[in-house]
Amino acid sequence: MQYLLLIYDDEKNDLKMTQPQLGEVMQAYMAYTEKLRTDGVYLGSNRLRPVETASSIRIRDGKTNVMNGPFAETREQLGGYYLIDVPDEQKARHYAALCPGAKTGTMEVRPVWAM
Amino acid sequence: MESDALARETAEAVARRSYGKLVALLAARTRDLSSAEDALSEAFAAALAHWPTTGIPGNPEAWLLTAARRKSIDAARKKKRAELASDHITLMADELSQANENELPDQRLALMFACAHPGIDASIRAPLILQTVLGFDAATIASAFLVAPGAMSQRLVRAKTKIHTAGIPFRVPERDDLADRLDAVLEAIYAAYAEGWSDPAGTDIHRRNLAGEGIWLGRLIASLMPDEPEVLGLVALMLHTEARRDARRNNAGDFIPLDRQDTMRWNADLIHEAEFLLRRAGAMNRIGRYQLEAAVQSAHAIRRLTGSADWGAIVSLYDGLLQLTQSPVVAINRAVAIAEIEGPQAGLAALDEHTGDARLSQYQPWWAARAELLARCHRKTEAAKAYEQAIGLEPDPAIRRFLQRRQAALLGVP
Amino acid sequence: MQFMLFAWSAEGYFQKMPPAEAQAAIGAYSAFGEALRKENVLVSSNRLRPSGETTQVSIQNGKTRVLNGPYAETKEQLGGYFLIDVPDLDAAIAWAARCPGASHGTVEVRPIWTM
Repeated sequence: MQYLLLIYDDEKNDLKMTQPQLGEVMQAYMAYTEKLRTDGVYLGSNRLRPVETASSIRIRDGKTNVMNGPFAETREQLGGYYLIDVPDEQKARHYAALCPGAKTGTMEVRPVWAM
Repeated sequence: MESDALARETAEAVARRSYGKLVALLAARTRDLSSAEDALSEAFAAALAHWPTTGIPGNPEAWLLTAARRKSIDAARKKKRAELASDHITLMADELSQANENELPDQRLALMFACAHPGIDASIRAPLILQTVLGFDAATIASAFLVAPGAMSQRLVRAKTKIHTAGIPFRVPERDDLADRLDAVLEAIYAAYAEGWSDPAGTDIHRRNLAGEGIWLGRLIASLMPDEPEVLGLVALMLHTEARRDARRNNAGDFIPLDRQDTMRWNADLIHEAEFLLRRAGAMNRIGRYQLEAAVQSAHAIRRLTGSADWGAIVSLYDGLLQLTQSPVVAINRAVAIAEIEGPQAGLAALDEHTGDARLSQYQPWWAARAELLARCHRKTEAAKAYEQAIGLEPDPAIRRFLQRRQAALLGVP
Repeated sequence: MQFMLFAWSAEGYFQKMPPAEAQAAIGAYSAFGEALRKENVLVSSNRLRPSGETTQVSIQNGKTRVLNGPYAETKEQLGGYFLIDVPDLDAAIAWAARCPGASHGTVEVRPIWTM
């Protein structure tokens, strides 16, 4: 089964970090990605640019609105995701807990709808 | 409290009617649109503060202009390089003393020509006109043109800076340049209208839909340049289209294509006005794109009287338009018209001439027209595929539903 | 440039419709996906299972904490995504407006941070 692991983390943390600290975080993510790959569960991942670069689009009564910012204003922001393929939800949660984002923010585990 | 409300109402009414007029007057010499807009918005704020106690002035426009000019002088004085600013201030002070209580001169046309100057990126001309002449804010314009608000506001600022620093004049061009330059202004206005037309409900946070504003701008230019047939042609085109606004949807909100619309729901007054303008333009014997497009709409409108559109006229008008514009959009409409006279095979053949045009692959009407003609030729599988592409490209849910129903009918799905 | 289009919409949107309408509504999504594919802009896409099947995982004081439900409590829920590759933000917004989610929910456009 495929699961989407969404990483919610406070974007401001990144800004407070020094260059070496940022490097450490990057390395932790790279090691995590590598672990997913060697375990054969990795399907894809992406880091998202900060929410200030987001736009949201809604069409109502034929009127299109383009708004600045993300859909949900949250204390921690969606900063990236991993898509993995594992046998069950237990395993998905296991890998979510291994993600560096679980220590500093919140991981959301979403099952993907098999088509 | 009542005087507050009255002051607000008057200020809003002046803003609606005269915003562009005041911006044009404030920026005409300095060409500094951003400062003009800032000064004007401060003047409006001052009006809301003063009018409730002092009463509404006899000529609110002149009051606002004077207040805005004072703000500009203050702003210029605050700038450190006083000696450089001094000439500027003297000039402004002159203007201030000249601000008479009579009719203010109208420089909106010059402003529009500055906004649609060849030095300004074509895609920002319509937004710039909407902002400076009508006072739309960047967020509203951004939504209408499907652009992120931050990006739209940046582009507007950049365009205004260019007008200021590159020395783009506030002037109606000389005879020789006029045709090309006027075309850019009309194109920007038509772009504003078209954005509003794709908004079927016509609802807007400012209760001012872009289609209505486009027509308003067109009429404004027509009143300032009554001897330009293409201006009249554009207004006629917009009015013909606008006349069918209500007929495009049934009571359930479903999309109704032009050939199935109930002609009783077309607005006869707008059609009459369009026909009148088109005849006046025709009498000037200088044909152009907008007159031809308006004539096409006129040939559709005749169905109201005769029961069928004049397809023969429509095909030859599109022939002329295609020659003039080389527009792939015209080519699609021409092919559909050909199918009405010579049958779907001929229409499809006319369409096929444009297969491979990169501009069309993401254009919903291209796929919808193909699907329709393929279906009429009983090429069901290809038609269904073309419908699928059209559905995937269409943002309006009502039109999406319409296309889905056509596709389902084709495949015999109940 | 790659962009993520997140489709947020009220769950139960399809369920509340008569079956024929629901089929058409889902059909609109597949037509959208098909158009993206045909124009060569689609990188990947997934529909997500209902937010009720979601869990949150975080690590606090060395302990793994698991909660039910999505991270953001919102009126509309993240129902799926389209990862696309287009020249610029304007193109991404134009595609977002064509996504059926824009007319019954909100489509959030997020630029991908390329490494």
